[in-house]
Amino acid sequence: MRALAVAEGVAWRTLHNVFTNPSLFIPSLLFPLFFFVAFAGGLSRVEEVPGFDFPSGYTAFQFVFVLLQSAAFGGVFTGFGIARDFESGFARRLLLAAPNRTGIVAGYAVAALVRWLVTAAILTAVALIAGMQVGGDGVDLFGLYVLALVVNLAAILWASGVAMRLRTMQAGPVMQMPVFLVLFFAPVYVPLSLLEGWIHALAAVNPVTRVLEAGRGLLDGSPTDVGPAFAVTIGLALVLSVWALRGLRSAERAG
Amino acid sequence: MNEAFADQVVLLGRRSVVRTVRQPANVVFPLVFPLLILAVNAGGLDAATRLPGFPTDSFVAFALAIPFIQGALFATMNAGTDLARDIQTGFLNRLSLTPMRGVALLTGQLGGVVTLGLVQAVVYLAVGLAVGVRLESGPLGALVLLAFALVVSLGFGALGAFAALRTGSGEAVQGLFPVFFVFLFISSMNMPRNLIEIDWFRVAATVNPVSYLIECVRSLIITGWDAEALALGFGIAGAITIVAVALAAVSLRTRLTRS
Repeated sequence: MRALAVAEGVAWRTLHNVFTNPSLFIPSLLFPLFFFVAFAGGLSRVEEVPGFDFPSGYTAFQFVFVLLQSAAFGGVFTGFGIARDFESGFARRLLLAAPNRTGIVAGYAVAALVRWLVTAAILTAVALIAGMQVGGDGVDLFGLYVLALVVNLAAILWASGVAMRLRTMQAGPVMQMPVFLVLFFAPVYVPLSLLEGWIHALAAVNPVTRVLEAGRGLLDGSPTDVGPAFAVTIGLALVLSVWALRGLRSAERAG
Repeated sequence: MNEAFADQVVLLGRRSVVRTVRQPANVVFPLVFPLLILAVNAGGLDAATRLPGFPTDSFVAFALAIPFIQGALFATMNAGTDLARDIQTGFLNRLSLTPMRGVALLTGQLGGVVTLGLVQAVVYLAVGLAVGVRLESGPLGALVLLAFALVVSLGFGALGAFAALRTGSGEAVQGLFPVFFVFLFISSMNMPRNLIEIDWFRVAATVNPVSYLIECVRSLIITGWDAEALALGFGIAGAITIVAVALAAVSLRTRLTRS
């Protein structure tokens, strides 16, 4: 119960900071839109490459990647806020005041989730206005957004673990770069079967590939590997929750 | 007087370079990140070379132009932020009490940016050659490419300096990053303009000057000697440089007057 109250307080404060400060909210909203416009708009001809097979079209193909990317970076951007809280000394006071500190991590996670939901709603609206075709039914789409939500949870747990260990804004690249790499070493522009060489080898073993392909299948209405994709993301979230809680203990020890 | 001016420029230019080199993040990130993007795009979009009309069968060769522009963009941000820090910390105020001439500050600062831009360009070119890209324009083309990188660094560096002098805020300079990012992404960076299918995107890429900067570098790599691409690229880079330097000089004068 006490953890819940702490989580509520931390989430409310984080969301208040984000939504009342355009310099914090706008970049996390604009970047996915830039990527969507640049990829879906500039590269639409890629669907004519021999062997490219995605009935819903290239806009839908790219939308799934950008949706998952926005989920992951929504978590990372919230991690920046945690680092900022440590730099300003607020997090230290929070650690002293909170009767249940696990609620702090939960609060940041809830904030990341709400923040991403706003981004996802705007991104979806833009994609639909741009003429994205949706082949999946309501259940498929629900599955897609839940999948992205778990990605968001995994990302905030990763970022909060880093932020609580390093406790400085300079930790930004450490939070961001691995997420960026793991996302972009997946089949971003074309399906896995059209990748060649080292990038194919990397993408084939990259767990994000399975998540991305499952997400695309859900949007297209032809679900594939949904179970393994959920298993991968939920497993990752569980492992990273241990990482985040150990980060919290590290911050407690540091005082 | 001329010797004193040269001394001022050299000292301030050296300070600009040394300060950047002492911040590894400011050196490594602009060098590594564009190469990372190149690797990702070259691997992921290699299939695009199978599109009818694609100008080369190597996407690495096609995309090698991007790091040159992207690297200059990152360097611009760093240079502008450093100059803004000089304003915020009062260094510029103290400098204005010395016999230093304002133009020496600008020249020195831009000299540092250009030096680093040149180092970046050499690294990108070396990486490109190492992964098997061959310049269709030959060794002379490599020299022209480096000269172009120099002009682009100077132009973008002057833009960063202008933003810093105008606003006096590092955050404001950093705020320019998304703007440059839009220009870069809504261009012909990943696809030749004639192969862009979406009409509004093709029009935006056509009116976007960054497309011509990228196509100038790209022409030297995959086409050979393309007078139109070179003229457009150098012309636009030159125009950006002249306008940005003029704006920066005016802003510097205003800033020193305020000081």
